Amino acid sequence: MSGSKTPALEGGRPPGEPRRIGWLYVLPALLVYGAFLLWPLVRGAQFSLYHWDGLGTATWAGLSNYTATWSDPVLRGAFGHLLVLVAFYAVLPCCIAFVLVGAISRTRIRGLTFFRTVLFLPQVVAMVAVAVAWQWVYSADGPVNTVLGWLHALGLPDWRRGWLGDFTFALPAVGLVGTWVGIGLALVLFLAGAQKIPRELYEAARIDGAGPVREFLAVTLPGLRRELAVALTLTTIMAIRNFDLIYMATGGGPGDATKAPAYEVYNRTFNTGEVGLGCAIGVTLAVLAFAATAGIGRLVEGRDA
Amino acid sequence: MPTLRSRGAVAAAAALVTALAAACAPGSSDDKPESKAPAAVSTDVAKAGNVTLTVWDQEVQGGLKEQIEKLNAQFQAKYPNVKINRVSRSFTDLQKTLRLALSGGNPPDVVEANQGYASMAQYVKAGMLLPLDSYDQVYGWKKRFPKGLTDLNSVTDDGKLIGSGKLYGVSLNGEIVGLYYNKEKLAKLGIQPPKTWAEFDQALATAKGKGEVPIAFGNVEKLPAMQLYGVLQDGQTGKEAVRKLVFGSGGSWTDAPNVQAAQKLADWAKAGYFTKDANSIKWDDTPANFAKGQGVFMFGGTWWAPDLNDRMKDKVGFMLPPPAQAGAPTATMGGESLPWSITSKSKHADVAAAYINFITSPQAMDVAVEAGSLPVLPASKQPDAPLLKEVASAWTELSKNDGTTPYLDYATPTFTDAFGGPLQELVAGKTTPQQAMKKAQDDYSAFQKKK
Repeated sequence: MSGSKTPALEGGRPPGEPRRIGWLYVLPALLVYGAFLLWPLVRGAQFSLYHWDGLGTATWAGLSNYTATWSDPVLRGAFGHLLVLVAFYAVLPCCIAFVLVGAISRTRIRGLTFFRTVLFLPQVVAMVAVAVAWQWVYSADGPVNTVLGWLHALGLPDWRRGWLGDFTFALPAVGLVGTWVGIGLALVLFLAGAQKIPRELYEAARIDGAGPVREFLAVTLPGLRRELAVALTLTTIMAIRNFDLIYMATGGGPGDATKAPAYEVYNRTFNTGEVGLGCAIGVTLAVLAFAATAGIGRLVEGRDA
Repeated sequence: MPTLRSRGAVAAAAALVTALAAACAPGSSDDKPESKAPAAVSTDVAKAGNVTLTVWDQEVQGGLKEQIEKLNAQFQAKYPNVKINRVSRSFTDLQKTLRLALSGGNPPDVVEANQGYASMAQYVKAGMLLPLDSYDQVYGWKKRFPKGLTDLNSVTDDGKLIGSGKLYGVSLNGEIVGLYYNKEKLAKLGIQPPKTWAEFDQALATAKGKGEVPIAFGNVEKLPAMQLYGVLQDGQTGKEAVRKLVFGSGGSWTDAPNVQAAQKLADWAKAGYFTKDANSIKWDDTPANFAKGQGVFMFGGTWWAPDLNDRMKDKVGFMLPPPAQAGAPTATMGGESLPWSITSKSKHADVAAAYINFITSPQAMDVAVEAGSLPVLPASKQPDAPLLKEVASAWTELSKNDGTTPYLDYATPTFTDAFGGPLQELVAGKTTPQQAMKKAQDDYSAFQKKK
C-alpha cells in the first residue's frame, strides 16, 4: 500500500465524501440530544440501581428497585391503571375518530374546517389548563352533575357524585378526559389519510352493494393503516407518560385509585424520597414505550420494526 | 456490513458501562457542617458589607404574608447593606422543591424547613442544615422559647430522634388545629358551642336532622383527613401517648384508642356528617365553602383565621376541640409554625442568624398580632377582631396546659400517602378502621426499622 494511491480502497467505499464526515454534520444536534436526553437517561438508569433519599449517601441496591416495581402492591395497581388508561387514551379515541371519519367521508359537511379545528383544539391547549377545566366539569355542582340532576328530576336514579373523588369512577373520569384530548388528533390524521384514498374505490364498493359498515371495513380501514399506526402510537405514549393530568386533577387519589406509573415516578422521587425506585419506574416506562411503539408498528402496519 | 454494525453496538455498550462506572454514585456524603464557636459569631450586621440574603418561606396566606413583608422591610431599613431576596411558595409546593434546592450547590440562605422525620430530620442527617446552638448562646433563643417548642425544632445528628440533639430552627407563629363554628347557624339550631365530645356528637346529629352540613370537610389532599383523625385521636388517648407514637419512642397505630379514633371518623362519615363527596373537595376550598354557609362546624388550623375573619366577621367563632369531661384540659395538634433554619452552605450564616433573631423577637410578635396572625409567644398587643381574640385565648389556654400534640405527618416520610390514602378509603366507607390503622402501622414499623 505504501506510496500507492490505493485505488482498491477508493473503489471499496461509496462515492462522495468519506462516511465519517457525516458525524460532523450531526454533531450539533447530537450534542444537544446527548446532553439533555441520553445523559439523563443513563444517569436515571444508574440511579435506579441505588437506594437514595435524594439528599444523603446512596447505597447500592442492585436490581431490587426493579423487583419492587412489580412487588409493591401500589405500583402493581398503578400499572393496572395504565392498561385502563391506554384503553381510554388510545383505543377509544381511534374508534370514535373512525366513526366520525366514516360519517364524514360518506357525506359532505358544511363548515368541516370549523369542526376539525374545534375537535383538534384540545391538542393545542396545555394539559394543565385541560385538567383545571375538567375539574370544574366534574365538580359537585359542575355541568355533569347538573345534567344528571335534571335526569334525576325526570325520574331516573340519582347518579350525581363527586366524580374525581369517587373510588370507582375517578379513573374512568380521568380516562375520558384523555379520550376527549385524543379524538382530535386521531380524527385529523384519519381525515388527511382518507383524502388520499381514491374515490373510485368507494364508488366501486357502492356499485358492489356495500353498506356503510362493509365499505368501512373494505376500503377506509385498509387505506388508513399507516395513519392508525401513527395515531395509536402517539396516544399510547401519551397514556404511558400521563402525569400532568393526574397530578392536577386528582393527585393520584382518592386513596391510590388514579395512581399511574408516570405519577409515581414523580411522587416517589420528590415526595417520599425514594429516588432509586422512582428512576426504576421511569426506566420501566421507557422500555414499555419502546415496546409499544415497535409492537404497534408491527401489528397495525405489518412492517418489520 | 453486519459485523461492523455489531462491533459498533458493542463499542457503544462498552462506552456506556464505562461512563456509568466513571459517574460516581448519586448523592453527597453525610458530612456534618462545622459550627463555629459562639465567640466567633458576629452579630454586627452593619459591618457585614453588602449581602443578599435569599429566603424561602411559605408565608403566602393573608396575615402571614403581611407580617413577613413588614418584618423584611423593617430588617432592610435597619440594615441598608442587606437585601432580602424573598421566594415564597405555598406549604405543599415548598415541601416538594426544598429537597432539590437543599441538595443543589447553591441553596438559599434561610429556609422554612418543616419539622418531623419527613423533612428536618432527613435534612439534618444529610448535613444540609446548620446547627444553631452557638447562635443560641449568643442570642438566647432557648431562653426566649419554652422547652417544648425548641424541642420540636431539635434533632440528633443522625436524624433519628426529634426532641433532643441540636437546635436547627426557630419559629415565629403558633398553630393549633381547632374547631371553627358558624355562630349564626348555631343560634338558628338552638345549640351552644359544645363543652364535651358527647355534646358535640349531639350537636352534629341536630345539625344533620335540620338539613345542615354538620362538618365542612374537603379531603382531596389526604392531609386533611389526617388532621381530623389527629383531633379525634387526641380526644381518645393521652397527649403523651400521641407524642411518643409520632416521634417513634413507643406505641402502635393499632392500639385500641387509635382504632377507636378511626372508628369515630368512619361513624361520622357513615352518618353523613361531612360535606358530600368530601374526597373530591380541595382543602383550600373548605374554608371558602364554610364562609359561604356550607357547614355548621369545621376543623381547621389557626392559619385560616385571618381569611375567615375577613369573610365572616363576627359570624364565626373558634374553640379548642372539646374535652371528654366538661372543664377538663384538652389536647390538640399544633405547636409552632415551620421553623426558620440556616442552610449549611450559606455564605452569610451570621447575617442569616441575625435575621432569624430579628423576625422572632418580641417586637416581631407584635407585628404578627397587627397582621392578624397568631404569634408563638405572648405579645404585648392584643388583636381587635373577636375571632382573632378567641384564637389567641385558645392558644394561651393550650400553652398553659402544655396541650399540643405533633402533626401526624411528622411520623414517617411516606405517611401522608400510606396513612392518608387509607383514611380516604375510610371516609368513603371502602375500608374498616382496623385495616386503615394496620396500613398506618405497616408503614410506620417499616420506617422505624430503616431509621
